[in-house]
Amino acid sequence: MNRIERVSRRGFLGSVFSAGALVLAGRVLQLHAETSSKSVTFQPNVYLGIEPTGKVIIVAHRSEMGTGNRTSLPMLVADELDADWKMVTVEQAIGDPRYGSQNTDGSHSVREFFDVLREAGASGRVMLIQAAAQRWKVAPTECETALHTVVHRPSGRRLAYGELAAAASKLPVPKKEDAPLKARSAWRYVGKDMHLYDLADICTGKAIYGMDAHIDGMVYASVEHPPVLGGKVKSCDDKEALKVAGVHQTIPIDPFKPPPAFQPLGGVAVIADNTWSAFQGRKKLNIVWDSGPNAEYDSTQYKDELRSTARKSGHVIRNEGNVDEAFAKAGQAIEAEYYVPLLAHAPMEPEVAVADVRDGKVTIWTCTQNPQAVQAIVSAQLSIPKENVICHVTLLGGGFGRKSKPDYVAEAAVLSKKLGRPVKVVWSREDDIKFGYFNAVAAMYMKAAVSEKGRPEAWLQRSVFPPIPSTFDDVNAVYGDAGHLGQGWTDVPFDISNLRVENGPARSHVRIGWLRSVANIYHGFAVQSFADELAHRAGRDPLEYLLELIGRDRVLDLKNTSYTNYGASYDVYPVDTARLRRVTQMVAEKAQWGKRKSGHRTGFGIAAHRSFLTYVATIVEVEVTDQGQVHIPRVDTVVDAGTIVNPDLTRAQFEGAVVFGTSVARTGEITATKGAINQSNFNNYPVARINEVPRQTNVYLVDSTAPPAGVGEPGVPPFIAAFCNAIFAATGTRIRDLPVGKQKLV
Amino acid sequence: MAITFTLNGGRQTVNVNPQTPLLWVLRDTLGLTGTKFGCGMALCGACTVQINGNAVRSCVTQVSSVAGKTVTTIEGLSADLSHPVQRAWMAEDVPQCGYCQSGQIMAAASLLAKTAKPTDADISEALRGNICRCGTYAQIRRAVHRAAEIKAGGGKA
Repeated sequence: MNRIERVSRRGFLGSVFSAGALVLAGRVLQLHAETSSKSVTFQPNVYLGIEPTGKVIIVAHRSEMGTGNRTSLPMLVADELDADWKMVTVEQAIGDPRYGSQNTDGSHSVREFFDVLREAGASGRVMLIQAAAQRWKVAPTECETALHTVVHRPSGRRLAYGELAAAASKLPVPKKEDAPLKARSAWRYVGKDMHLYDLADICTGKAIYGMDAHIDGMVYASVEHPPVLGGKVKSCDDKEALKVAGVHQTIPIDPFKPPPAFQPLGGVAVIADNTWSAFQGRKKLNIVWDSGPNAEYDSTQYKDELRSTARKSGHVIRNEGNVDEAFAKAGQAIEAEYYVPLLAHAPMEPEVAVADVRDGKVTIWTCTQNPQAVQAIVSAQLSIPKENVICHVTLLGGGFGRKSKPDYVAEAAVLSKKLGRPVKVVWSREDDIKFGYFNAVAAMYMKAAVSEKGRPEAWLQRSVFPPIPSTFDDVNAVYGDAGHLGQGWTDVPFDISNLRVENGPARSHVRIGWLRSVANIYHGFAVQSFADELAHRAGRDPLEYLLELIGRDRVLDLKNTSYTNYGASYDVYPVDTARLRRVTQMVAEKAQWGKRKSGHRTGFGIAAHRSFLTYVATIVEVEVTDQGQVHIPRVDTVVDAGTIVNPDLTRAQFEGAVVFGTSVARTGEITATKGAINQSNFNNYPVARINEVPRQTNVYLVDSTAPPAGVGEPGVPPFIAAFCNAIFAATGTRIRDLPVGKQKLV
Repeated sequence: MAITFTLNGGRQTVNVNPQTPLLWVLRDTLGLTGTKFGCGMALCGACTVQINGNAVRSCVTQVSSVAGKTVTTIEGLSADLSHPVQRAWMAEDVPQCGYCQSGQIMAAASLLAKTAKPTDADISEALRGNICRCGTYAQIRRAVHRAAEIKAGGGKA
């Protein structure tokens, strides 16, 4: 249930709107607030204004990092308003809790705001019609809207929206039932392709990212961080650094008090009059570190520990039938262990922030996925109220989850306070790779007992990974949290009578965070690889076998589990195996599965996975050369994401996911020695380049009227598993450890 | 030290440490932020500009080395999106986050200046130094082919 209200153009939106503008605000009421909606203070998270000039201003409260929010969300408003897209301007919101959550992650911006944005548009349209009817002294029922215009049907008179804005702004907001939404068939923009709002600015170099933010009088800072998490400066000799031309001074930054959360890592900042001088000065620092409690962390040894834990009983997350009894009866079982290393986000734009602390206030310009998290950490670090932290959000040069974590912004604020002037903190690529909030390293143990036909009669799966909550509670958080266990693990969709899902403990030695697709990466890899292994062992066709595992059409009953369903209502977004089956069958048709057989170094692999409420099935074709090089001639992927707002941008997300998945599967690996991360730049943390990606990626969107679901993340997990399954089909080499690149395939 | 070069068609003199990479002179000294910082080691191509028409990584190019030469950045390619590569980028809806695209566009423009009708292999060779983490490579490839057609058609397409 949502609410739309008319609001003052003044207030916290400042000077966005002019006098005479009709300003509407809409609020998504969260599920838990629904029952008591009357007592909830009206806090809109969506703002829409119609200016007397006819300009329509939509406030984007979520961040643009390439997923198209600044285009798709305004499309929803403009459609119901019957606005001319050319007249739509998008203003980026500052961080303010009054918008509700602004955390742009978890692939939920469209699904969460799909209704309220349309309702805001519909309300505005009704008010403009009423204003016109009053002006003409006719019944509103005789009027309708055409593009950006109200038309009086009988007389053919017309008034442009801008001419009506001032009058409409004095009218009451219609009740929801008096502002009906358009029929789907009348949609003007939704479901149709629309260019990225910022396209022209990007193609001319005018688009402003965090890296491009500038305040007069600012200095530049580069921070030498402790190489090991929790390390401290023992001594620092900055004499040589200070000799570098352009370097002003060095400033120590205090180490964080555990847990790390979003606090600065500590270290020594070099302050200079340009970025390059700061980087150069930093290289001349002579620091002796006290490495602290994680000094012995070694990722090779840690891998063995995780695998060993995965072989032992863990917490039971889901239990169907009696797995132990079924295994005992079967006598023989098939086991397999899978492993996925730590992964870094590596957005093209390294972390960067400008902060200006003055008169008890901080003004920040940064590329962040979550300006309210910026407000929270800066407020805590500087001991000032959150509302005194003004966080402007620039475009983001990629995010992938990294820019939800504002440690780099906190650094800028701390330094600006110490210096008494504005500071721009620029992270190098090395900082970005070494000081990430990594996607968790994970070990998965899989066990199945199968019938004569190879069908599983018992299935046990156990994952072990240092959980994301360890970043916020380094003492107690060792087991997976419900939300991330719910990413392709608790919700394993297979129709097996005896099925148990477990999770074991792991302590973290680096900061763990969410990265595009998150736990679905390792869970999806294990589940969909093991299914493929069982198919081959049984001599069955992997597609046919996968469909048999998905089984009869049903909604998974997860009532007895902690399943969180990505924060969405299970009634609205159940795990529906019919949809998973359908995308699997469709991708088989599209890729003409079975027409060409695997073998002779060519292989086809398939996988199907639901994540972020979206169903995806992918078929990958690989060719493996005599030297063991893997080429990917073709990928087909079928997506059921419910209602699609912008098909072109959606397809782009899934094409991009295949590229992201290629990087993860082939070369994605962060390792550590003596607590310090070994990788540093694109030479030793390679990501896919134009000559390495699939030569052809076909994305098919299922035509659906179901509620909209996520599109930014769900493409990655099934690609990775299908790719590895294809390698097996081509070579007979089973990939159980990622990345593939390190392994001998032929 | 004063260093003079031609920048986007105009004469430009800067007084900076001659070892400073061109990237940081463009960005921090001259405020031309269309050219992006991505890796600092010529590994990602985000900082690609043209020097005398050649695609060059400005993050590893000392500013002293461009004295007397002609430097073109994304801002100088065309301010009105009239360059065939920009037009093709718009038509093919290439960008996602857009951060790498200045570099991609400059590398593609340099390729087309030398190779009127590039093959897929030519495109891979010319652009494999430019990383796009969002994964817009398929669109980039299509856009380069389209830009070649636009150019061949005398700017019409």
